[in-house]
Amino acid sequence: MPDVNINVHHITRLEGHGNIVVNTKNGEIEELRLEIVESPRFFEAMLRGRKWDEATHITCRICGICSCGHTTASLNALENWAGIEPSSQTKKLRKLLFNGEQIQSHVLHVLYLAAPDFLGVGSVIPLIETHKEVVLIALRLKRLGNDLCCLVGGRHVHPIAAAVNGFTKLPKLADLVALRPRLEAARADLAAVVGVLQTLTLPQFERETEYVALNQTEGNGEYPWQWGDSILSSEAGLIPLEEYRSVTNEYLVDHSVAKHTKHKRDSYMVGALSRVNLHYDKLHPAAKQVAEALGLSVPTHNPFMINLAQVVETVHAVAHSLQMIDELEAAGLREEDRSVPVKAGTGIGAADVPRGILFHEYSMDETGTLTGSNLVIPTGQNLANIENDMRALVPQILDRPQEEVRHLCEMLVRAYDPCISCATHALEVDFI
Amino acid sequence: MAGKPTVGIYSFTGCEGCSLMILECEDQLLDVLELVEIVNFREGMDKIADQVDVAFVDGAVSTSHDIQELLEVRKNAKIVVALGACAWPGGLNVMKNFQDQEDVRRYVYGDKWAAYDAIPARPIDRVVKVDYYIRGCPIDRDEFLEVTQAILMGRAPNIPNHPVCVECKLSDNPCRFDFGEVCLGPLARAGCKAICPSFGTKCEGCRGMVDEPATQAHRGVLEKYGLSVDDMMREYRLFGGWFWGGDLGVPDLPERATSK
Repeated sequence: MPDVNINVHHITRLEGHGNIVVNTKNGEIEELRLEIVESPRFFEAMLRGRKWDEATHITCRICGICSCGHTTASLNALENWAGIEPSSQTKKLRKLLFNGEQIQSHVLHVLYLAAPDFLGVGSVIPLIETHKEVVLIALRLKRLGNDLCCLVGGRHVHPIAAAVNGFTKLPKLADLVALRPRLEAARADLAAVVGVLQTLTLPQFERETEYVALNQTEGNGEYPWQWGDSILSSEAGLIPLEEYRSVTNEYLVDHSVAKHTKHKRDSYMVGALSRVNLHYDKLHPAAKQVAEALGLSVPTHNPFMINLAQVVETVHAVAHSLQMIDELEAAGLREEDRSVPVKAGTGIGAADVPRGILFHEYSMDETGTLTGSNLVIPTGQNLANIENDMRALVPQILDRPQEEVRHLCEMLVRAYDPCISCATHALEVDFI
Repeated sequence: MAGKPTVGIYSFTGCEGCSLMILECEDQLLDVLELVEIVNFREGMDKIADQVDVAFVDGAVSTSHDIQELLEVRKNAKIVVALGACAWPGGLNVMKNFQDQEDVRRYVYGDKWAAYDAIPARPIDRVVKVDYYIRGCPIDRDEFLEVTQAILMGRAPNIPNHPVCVECKLSDNPCRFDFGEVCLGPLARAGCKAICPSFGTKCEGCRGMVDEPATQAHRGVLEKYGLSVDDMMREYRLFGGWFWGGDLGVPDLPERATSK
């Protein structure tokens, strides 16, 4: 068996800067690392001294891809601090903002970043020639996600209008209703995407791990990603949200500027596949149909299936958005009280954003000035699990040419859709 | 530029949202790709080449590694464009410059703080020469297309040099000062279509100031609403801290003089 010596400097089609190092000798792994080499941004330190009502516009800047997700987690934390239960109208509008981002983020990953691997090209650009129809569908779906965010939040990258206890500007109901035909058309577009995906073969690889996702113990059976009061683990069951540190257990490793996490095993998985594995029953029937059509039966232990789980969730987000628009139309939109009581205290909030469960925690003094914060990012939680997958995968494929081993390792990392800017821009430290 | 110009998109310390905004030009993306060839864009594709005609750079410089890599980008590019507020004037990253640098690093990395490369954040034009600036956090799609078109046609881009207040008035927005907010609209450079006030919040000045800001008039506005210059400075330090005490006397790098 030939020795493998892989050193991928800056993995492409990935948000942020990561390297893969794999060395084997006589069939044994000598070295295996997913190095995270992003420049740290020190958000927690920078938040100190800023006001409570600036926290959301600052922390959404951690990530350009999931800034609506950071916005959602930040608002959940601030409302927890202020002791506010937002109105049903606010929750529904936020769900639209959140769904819009899930749609655009998942489409970006599956069709722009991952699909080239399965079609044997280096980027989406050659696909404009060979698969123009799919590229046009990808552009349409992504645009729909963006427009949904723009309509509700003003902008997809760093939304403006979503604030604590409401929106600084309400969308026009007629504009929301006008999205309905496009959401309906998106269902047909997604059916075409499913048709293409059915013709592709995913790498065969399985490794069981611990799955972790957000949960609602007092929910109404909704897919729990926009808000939650607890954490669900495939190994440990329910954990109250306030005890999230007992799940994340962050620790520093030398080869990563992003911290790793572990809970019951050496590592755990968060994100689309983890959510689909844990909350399959709460998916919209249309999403379940797509899961069946794609051969995704739960629990699935193949991380390459994350790509398919993202498509399933996109179908769910489209169907759920139609439902939210129907409900908002029936109830009508009205200006509401947005007052926020300022006090000394702590707030914890979470959202299960495109790449997995995201925690925001803030401490405020009596003037509402931030004295400390803690942000735990999905990609940081997945890093150890990706390495463990790679450690299990590499020995199974050592008989293949080194170039193929390298490519499969890259595909594995990419399948998790890591967002390295996020993971390194928000490192935690104990402050309480 | 003879033939189809080649383009690279590079990210330093930032959220990569401005690179993403390029992908969000969904309606024009295929047309843009008819005119240029993207050959280096780590976030979106496998690399084709190092040498480019135009380099779009997002993110600030905040590690010594960033400096080396940015010099490399400049060496390989005919034209360098600063993309977004982190690239120029440093954006949110500069907030950390107002704190004790060792304390910032200790707060995040604890006892291992010294093992992680970090220097005060700075705009990319403190390291290399920059030919064009696309402002904002994030950039405005239309302005990206305008600057790209100007570069391709070899003309000067049309960048507004009037304050956000003008765009706000045109949009018929109520004045944010009337809501008790400290708005930077009177001094901040327009070109964003006053998007924040249009969605019910103050202007945070993410596009920097106009060339000759009417500071006296702004002072008058602050006085009228019982606000102080300190209140305004606090706001400015969110995105424009570099110009309000955040530059820490960082000198131009000697390499900058020799970069193109």
